Amino acid sequence: MIETIQETENYISSFTSLEKSRASNDPAWLNELRRSALDSFLRLGFPTTHDEEWRFTNVAPITKVPFELAADAKDPSSAELMRFTFGIWSGIQLVFVNGTYSTALSSNRTQPNGVFVGSLAEALEKQADRVQPHLARYASVSEEPFAALNTAFVSDGAFVYLTKGCVVEEPIHLLFLSHGEKTGPKVCHPRVLVLAEANSQAQILESHASLGSGVSFTNSVTELVAEENAFVDHYKLQRESLEAFHISTVQVQLGRSANVSTQSISLGGSLVRNHVNAVFGGEGGEATLNGFYLVNGRQHVDNHTSIDHAKPHCNSHELYKGILDGKARGVFNGRIIVRPDAQKTDSKQTNKNLILSEEALVNTNPQLEIYADDVKCTHGATIGQLDSDAIFYLRSRGIDLESARHLLTYAFAGDFINRLKIEPLRLALETSLFARLAEGQEER
Amino acid sequence: MLEIRNLHAGISGKNILQGINLKVNTGEVHAIMGPNGSGKSTLSQVLAGRESYEVTEGEILYQGHDLLDMAPEDRAREGIFMAFQYPVEIPGVNNTYFLKAALNAVRKHRGEPELDAMDFLKLVRAKLKVMEMDESLINRSVNEGFSGGEKKRNEIFHMAVLDPKLAILDETDSGLDIDALKSVAKGVNTLRSPERAMIVITHYQRLLNYIVPDFVHVLSGGKIVKSGGKELALDLEAKGYGWLEEPVSAAR
Repeated sequence: MIETIQETENYISSFTSLEKSRASNDPAWLNELRRSALDSFLRLGFPTTHDEEWRFTNVAPITKVPFELAADAKDPSSAELMRFTFGIWSGIQLVFVNGTYSTALSSNRTQPNGVFVGSLAEALEKQADRVQPHLARYASVSEEPFAALNTAFVSDGAFVYLTKGCVVEEPIHLLFLSHGEKTGPKVCHPRVLVLAEANSQAQILESHASLGSGVSFTNSVTELVAEENAFVDHYKLQRESLEAFHISTVQVQLGRSANVSTQSISLGGSLVRNHVNAVFGGEGGEATLNGFYLVNGRQHVDNHTSIDHAKPHCNSHELYKGILDGKARGVFNGRIIVRPDAQKTDSKQTNKNLILSEEALVNTNPQLEIYADDVKCTHGATIGQLDSDAIFYLRSRGIDLESARHLLTYAFAGDFINRLKIEPLRLALETSLFARLAEGQEER
Repeated sequence: MLEIRNLHAGISGKNILQGINLKVNTGEVHAIMGPNGSGKSTLSQVLAGRESYEVTEGEILYQGHDLLDMAPEDRAREGIFMAFQYPVEIPGVNNTYFLKAALNAVRKHRGEPELDAMDFLKLVRAKLKVMEMDESLINRSVNEGFSGGEKKRNEIFHMAVLDPKLAILDETDSGLDIDALKSVAKGVNTLRSPERAMIVITHYQRLLNYIVPDFVHVLSGGKIVKSGGKELALDLEAKGYGWLEEPVSAAR
């Protein structure tokens, strides 16, 4: 218990100062939301490996560090920024530095009618009637300590609002940059709320990256609400530094006949845990939860997904692929719940892992809970090395061993990468993969 | 071109080849026939450089060089091609992309300029026509979802593009119906040339009606027990392998 107090001490004092500075400006409901989220967090405490859901992921390296809440920081230079914006981003782009919206770096001046893509802080002030009914209504504050912790500090982030029938042609980029701090380790709690009303459509790329090296902790929560017949593709690209801790929650709520895909890509971070949860709140919905992780050294990436088939006639597809080298560790847990009246559910889950070294390790665990009888649910998991027959076949045609390994590794990733609809993202991921393969070659 | 001298080889500690001697000259087509377990596959795998097979004795000279010293990719770049008995399916690797990478590796080795996408496509189209193959096959992943016949034809198509000096066809006929067999054989025959040698490994005489060899060798118990002209294959068809195997086992 004493240990728990030490672990949470810094968070409590950060909360107290945040409350002091914000309480008089913010509406009562928001102060109340933060306060009750902090209470939940303190009640739940940080998870340990004794918790079933955290059996393979030990967050002690995070809880041991006395993180302080990241304050406003200097904006990066435009050259620095370019490293994370895929050249010049043609659509709407919001940039956050240490969790705070940067007006100067963002480009969202011209927005189609019926669309608001901007800072959550601004929205909380000017459009509280839109934000309040949805903020923190989906991600579980009462049961998930990290979602609770994020909510206790909710102040800025991104708000994406698509009015009925509105279609955003160009992908929206939400870029979260965190400074590796010279003045001590910092934490930020980025928050994203996407509200897609009936028949609206958009593609949203949420990316997380580090400016410089140094220990940092990102604890993000994204809530995505797709109302009737809305069509949203969400991508989360995590390429923080190798010293970064990253814990995230993507919570998707689907209305009747809504169609949402969310792709989670993990390249950086030393200790990474992603929660992606989808709940079907109406009939006829379709959810795609895909993921990709490319890890090396001592990186640890844990993907916990959950799909709640609460309504009949919904489809879900899930494909998570991982490439692990060095002493990297991967965890996949895919929970699918089919509720008693969710008849005609069609759900397919696949997790495939490619291990490139002797010491990399993967734990994969499908978790199907089916309470309806007229459903189709399949799942499959593989953990394997490169196929020696295929390597020999390629070599016997004149391709050298390293190239054969690269080609097959690339091919393994291909069926994830080729599904990415945002071209700059696809190209960036290919580049990362080739760079990583070249590094691996030098090490060998 | 190729000289195998007293080759002993095996896998997982089991000796399979027990002293093979074979000489193949440029322009010749040699058929190697034999029953199951006679060592046909071991011989082709050793020639292609499969690392899981171990050579315990003997040597192989290819164009005067020690073949056993060469990595599989170097053998390929020096002009050796093996058409696999079981071509491997490689999901996610495009057939054309793969073939272009392979051809350019060979060309680079020969000191020839690499082909760009346009020139490569021209070459591929020309070879497809000769092989009477459908263009759709080359835009798919390597062998993925191909029928047995398509896989074998794809092997011969690769061979046509890579233009080897020595081609080894490992049971290219097994599992094919007569139409597919004829089509594969036709492809192979267009590639016969005075500059190219071929080793056709087969269990059945049937293939040799369509690819007529200059020499036939019978492999049994890991040794070549009989060599002759193309008529030897017909004897085997009529009498089976039994009459050849007995004296070998009796001699042990």
